Amino acid sequence: MSESGALSRRSFVKVGVVAGAGLTLGVAWRLTRDPGLPTSDSTWVPNAYLRIDEDGSITVLVPRSEMGQGVSTALPQLVAEELDVPWDAVSFEFAQAHDAYGMMVTGGSTSVRESWEPLRRAGATAREMLRRAGANRWGVDVADVSTGNAAVIAPDGSTASYGALAAEAARLDVPDEVALKEPADYRLIGTSVPRLDVEAKSTGRAIFGIDAGPPDTRVAVVERSPVFGGVVRSLRADAALALPGVDEIVELESGVAVVANGYVAANAGRDALEIEWDEGDGANLDDATIADRLRSAVRNGRTVRDDGDVDAVLAGAEAPIRAEYRLPYLAHATMEPMNCTAWVRDGRCTVWTGTQFQNAPAIVGGGARQVAAAAAGVPADATEVHTTFLGGGFGRRSERDFVREAAELAGKIQGPVKVVWSREDDMRHDFYRPASYHELTAVLGEDGRPAAWDHRTASQSIMERLVPGWVPGPARNLVGKRDSTSTEGASDQPYESPNVRLTYAKVDLPIPVGFWRSVGHTHTGFVVESFIDELAHAAGEDPYEYRRALLSAHPRHVGVLDAVAEASAWGSTPPEGRGRGIAVVRSFGSYVAQVAEVSIRDGQPRVHQVWCAVDCGTVLNPAIVRAQMESGIVYGLTAALFGEINIEGGRVVQSNFHDYRMLRMNEAPRIDVVLAPSGDAPGGVGEPGTPPIAPAVANAVYALTGERIRTLPIRLGSPAGTAGSLS
Amino acid sequence: MTTLTINGEPRDISAPNSSPLLWALREELGLTGTKFGCGIGQCGACTVLLDGAPVRSCQVPVGSAQGTTVTTIEGVAGAGELHPIQQAWIEEQVPQCGYCQSGQIISALALLDERAAPTDDDIDRAMSGNVCRCGAYQAIRRAIHRAVAIRSERIASDEPDQGEGDG
Repeated sequence: MSESGALSRRSFVKVGVVAGAGLTLGVAWRLTRDPGLPTSDSTWVPNAYLRIDEDGSITVLVPRSEMGQGVSTALPQLVAEELDVPWDAVSFEFAQAHDAYGMMVTGGSTSVRESWEPLRRAGATAREMLRRAGANRWGVDVADVSTGNAAVIAPDGSTASYGALAAEAARLDVPDEVALKEPADYRLIGTSVPRLDVEAKSTGRAIFGIDAGPPDTRVAVVERSPVFGGVVRSLRADAALALPGVDEIVELESGVAVVANGYVAANAGRDALEIEWDEGDGANLDDATIADRLRSAVRNGRTVRDDGDVDAVLAGAEAPIRAEYRLPYLAHATMEPMNCTAWVRDGRCTVWTGTQFQNAPAIVGGGARQVAAAAAGVPADATEVHTTFLGGGFGRRSERDFVREAAELAGKIQGPVKVVWSREDDMRHDFYRPASYHELTAVLGEDGRPAAWDHRTASQSIMERLVPGWVPGPARNLVGKRDSTSTEGASDQPYESPNVRLTYAKVDLPIPVGFWRSVGHTHTGFVVESFIDELAHAAGEDPYEYRRALLSAHPRHVGVLDAVAEASAWGSTPPEGRGRGIAVVRSFGSYVAQVAEVSIRDGQPRVHQVWCAVDCGTVLNPAIVRAQMESGIVYGLTAALFGEINIEGGRVVQSNFHDYRMLRMNEAPRIDVVLAPSGDAPGGVGEPGTPPIAPAVANAVYALTGERIRTLPIRLGSPAGTAGSLS
Repeated sequence: MTTLTINGEPRDISAPNSSPLLWALREELGLTGTKFGCGIGQCGACTVLLDGAPVRSCQVPVGSAQGTTVTTIEGVAGAGELHPIQQAWIEEQVPQCGYCQSGQIISALALLDERAAPTDDDIDRAMSGNVCRCGAYQAIRRAIHRAVAIRSERIASDEPDQGEGDG
């Protein structure tokens, strides 16, 4: 057993004994310096917490959102490990939004990384207090008291269950220091304990946002401006109001809401609305304009990385290798369209929704709770946010637009209301993965290695949009220009070269942009891993060996490259008519290498098999890590093959799954995942599986056909895909 | 008023005849296990069995379901026992976000009613109308094969009981 770092008395607070509720412990974490927790008689506790009821039930309150990534299993797994209880004794609940949790946001593949220490301590501390309670009861030395099977064990072998000791333990002081287990002693960490959410999700009992809310909740749909930035010029609602089931028409900041006794009636009312829109300047925007704006800006970017002297090398180069890459806007297309239920009454607001962002200080823009409070016109401390299961998140549900809209509506009408987005609403009013344009230039030395690597990129900034309104324009602009989410993966690309430059040009466009599973790595991963493949071929070297030789300072990259090369028998001849491509990307603290095997059918790539090696440091739950790799691959492959949001007349062209295609079962590759953990602290797993797949497939297409893919989605034989010259 | 049998019980639906069955199930009868995904029959999240056949309930007008027998996810499990498909879904840890899984399970149910031991090609044909945005396709495939095995095991273990004249 190792002694953990001193646990500050203040950071670890005993919340106290709720009548009959036993022992409750809480943990403070990031952005929560002094949560000001109640110390007794309160149901509110900081962040992840543990409740041991006197009936013996053990509940972990999960302050992160379950959107499929397994957090409602992984966080309880950490607590249960140190608490020393059997897995089948553990259950979980989602935490309500509260300041005691500080920033409640699920994104950036942070949940396990940030919970790794504090949640194990929560379990260990509770176990220690239960041991002391047992020692006191029996009048023996605590050192002679052990635990097992959710019970404290006396030296003579007699036992007292955790439930029976909970009330006594709750009266003890919280120990300042607790010992955490050595990895060799783990029983649960590193094992595929069953997910706590799968039975509910296999029986129809799991409650998602669209299922939640009080009885007699009315349903609303909202007609929003078809053009980004448009506003209502005139509205006639008589015909809509005359329809059966339609109750009210309410103008909102985001559009016009039709409140009805159900979704079908609400939509009929919406169809009957007569709205004239003031579409504004946005109506002039289309794909060609956007492409021009990005391309013309790319040479005027701010320098983000500048190693050596790239210009000197380029000036003396006879045959620099140049390429331009283009990536489109992408919608998230969560399976569950956006929705939110809100109820404002007696100065209080209650929200039920699937959100990735429950709580944050209002001064930084707020989470769902603060945004709902402001929209409903009630104080944040009179606003409750109940988080449901999320029918997919992928970053879309970290936005608060759907919460703001529902709370505003609820504040203007009587009774609870559920705003339901149609698939078309969801696709046309998303916060899209930004479109981007990239120019790359490299010079190879006589040894074939890159003597210079110059990468210029242009896109909208996600972060600039998130800057709260009170920040003055110049500061906002600066945030956008320095937006690391636009350059991550390119600014830190790992390949050895004495001269490396990256510039980023922020382009302002009225298309809403946001976080899309793996964020900046979705485009930088494709560009860097495609271009390094171009250089390997230009140098006449094997793409795997070439990468490996340039990664001598990055053993974890090499580790997953080697693992995936072995798994895929890289270097062996693929079956007739197939080619293989390789890519490796570090993101969110984890390293993932993938090999894709493709053929060409009907003029398009067909991906038969993907091998994936992942080093996420320490594997908490192998089955969940594998599932997340498969998930990230399918998500990224869907985008690589089909994903494109087009803009015409300021409007999104696509509307539903018939024109924004999803990868289906008959198109899904076989995926073999190899876990290659380094033993470092846990890295993320929700996002890192996504970035390598697009370049692995594009590189396989090149190996098979000689056609270099530089524009996504992949369209073989398209002029843009083959144009490599910047002349 | 439309009268039909849902999960073994006679039910009346007052929604207009043209209203999609999906919303009547969810909003009028409170059977929220059946999900809304696209509204145009493209994603399969709303799949139910109608007289034994898998249909997209967002495309079925309530009036056309008069007198039919409908099975939703809530009616898949037997008394006190999960259906072999559900058991397989749990054993293979299929669901991630879980939103599409009611529809996936109903489509798998229809497949196994039709083919006792489906091949991978059979699975592709039966399941490709159901989108899973979390990409659980590989797990779904495994689980369908496992459900076949679970069903065989249950049949095998039931046979001796019949000999004892239980019940």
